[in-house]
Amino acid sequence: MAHFPKPAEGSWTEHYPGLGTGPVSYKDSYDPDYWQQEIDAIFKKEWLCVGRVERLGRAGSYFTREFPWAKRSILVVKDREGTVRAFYNVCRHRGNKLVWDDFPNEETSGVCRQLTCKYHGWRYDLDGSLVFIQQESEFFDVDKDSLGLVPVACDVWEGFIFVNLDPEPQQTLAEALAPLADGLAGYPFGEMTQTYEVRSEIDSNWKLFIDAFVEFYHAPVLHQRQATAEESQKLASIGFEGLHYELFSPHSMVSSWGGMSPPKDPSMVKPIENLLRSGLFGPWDKPAAVNDNQDLPPLLNPSKHRAWGIDSFVLWPNFMILFWETGWYLTYTYWPLGPSKHLFETTLNFVPPENASQRASQEFAFSTFKEYAFQDANTLEATQTMIESEVVDTFMLNDQEILCRHHHAAVREQVKAGGRPASYPWMPGSENGGGG
Amino acid sequence: MSDTTAAPLPADFADLDPFADWALDTWRERYEKRLDSTMDEMQAFYDAMMPRLSEALEYCDSFDLHDLPDEARNLLLLTFSLCEASFPVEAWRQPRVPDSGSADLEMVREPPL
Repeated sequence: MAHFPKPAEGSWTEHYPGLGTGPVSYKDSYDPDYWQQEIDAIFKKEWLCVGRVERLGRAGSYFTREFPWAKRSILVVKDREGTVRAFYNVCRHRGNKLVWDDFPNEETSGVCRQLTCKYHGWRYDLDGSLVFIQQESEFFDVDKDSLGLVPVACDVWEGFIFVNLDPEPQQTLAEALAPLADGLAGYPFGEMTQTYEVRSEIDSNWKLFIDAFVEFYHAPVLHQRQATAEESQKLASIGFEGLHYELFSPHSMVSSWGGMSPPKDPSMVKPIENLLRSGLFGPWDKPAAVNDNQDLPPLLNPSKHRAWGIDSFVLWPNFMILFWETGWYLTYTYWPLGPSKHLFETTLNFVPPENASQRASQEFAFSTFKEYAFQDANTLEATQTMIESEVVDTFMLNDQEILCRHHHAAVREQVKAGGRPASYPWMPGSENGGGG
Repeated sequence: MSDTTAAPLPADFADLDPFADWALDTWRERYEKRLDSTMDEMQAFYDAMMPRLSEALEYCDSFDLHDLPDEARNLLLLTFSLCEASFPVEAWRQPRVPDSGSADLEMVREPPL
């Protein structure tokens, strides 16, 4: 029996009739040809988040991002007017990588007045224009104005920097993120600058980790021993039900309960959690920036449930933001490195601590998160190898896994269309909507 | 007392001197020390730290977090290491996360202390 109300259709999944309820093929998660189609139709067409504006403190601040899946390196830089710009990281002279340190394939960051090529000293201004050629008179018919760095479409939403490899993006960033762009605007991201950032190369398709983080059906089982014995028995017998699921295709969200921060009874959590007042849900004491009285952006806690704990949003195609009721946020980014390999990046973002106790609470929240991530990551490799064995060709997805079903379906629609499709057959208002 | 310790602790916390080698600057060092420790070593560290944890944080709270004296900073780093050691002791009964196999995480950026 449902502990939380479901839509009138009887399930979250059937609320979107065209999504189907049958078993699902996971061939999209290991087939090399399909992977290449995803790169071409999705990753080379969509706005991709590459970091926060806080990484670019002043004019001349820059960082690079490596996109081996597109054989590209991206240079993100703040110009003298304060505008964030992105360029391909390649010198116009003879193609040397413009900005790198020690190892050409590793990302780097820093501050500079101009961008100078290590090879022959060509220099570019922060707006990408070529300003100096070593021994310019030795060249033939040089037009410096036509030899600026090759720009990459770049825009900023709520302090998150996005780039788009499409020379003429189908949509603006705001259009691509609608309705999340407005519905999540106003969250105090800019005050949560105390950041832990970790990454890991994982031997699974990028979609499998999204699957793992858009359903909590696994949590009472896989993470069973992270809770006290009594709590984990209770969780396992009840299972998991989301408070709310919603599709904003291709984006999506799941809203979940919390309630352990602080717990009703101290015996519900481990001894150190009581002393540090922190745990998986983060520090128990909310920062002033997100106190109880502050209005949350309209898309958060959609069921307005008093037990609300966390909302997980998938910002299409490979970026997630998790908003915790306790007043901090997580991001996950999944970069495809091959049909069976991806780079997973995550950030934990807190309001800077005012004292040592708050600092220790945040450290423990990071430590706890990482214990869970280890369990999640390793499970993915076990899944990847077995779906590749093709012993079983379709898999069962339940109603609490609607976002897994949806993400794979949205990928399929975009691969089919060769770019962002005009509509999705399961969404209300679609010409195929309700068709089943 | 602790005159030869690499990481001096505040005089009131001299009972933690035997564990001063857990005062490590980065998460990676703390995590690796956890993996390199036996359960007995971590249990001893946990048993010594837990009863002093609240007092230790109270002591550190008496200073500006951005201008901690070395002794207070070392003490705070011990509490960070306790975060790491608590999982094997309170949950896993082994240093590694069970079933975590070859999984590893690279710390790209962490808040300085």
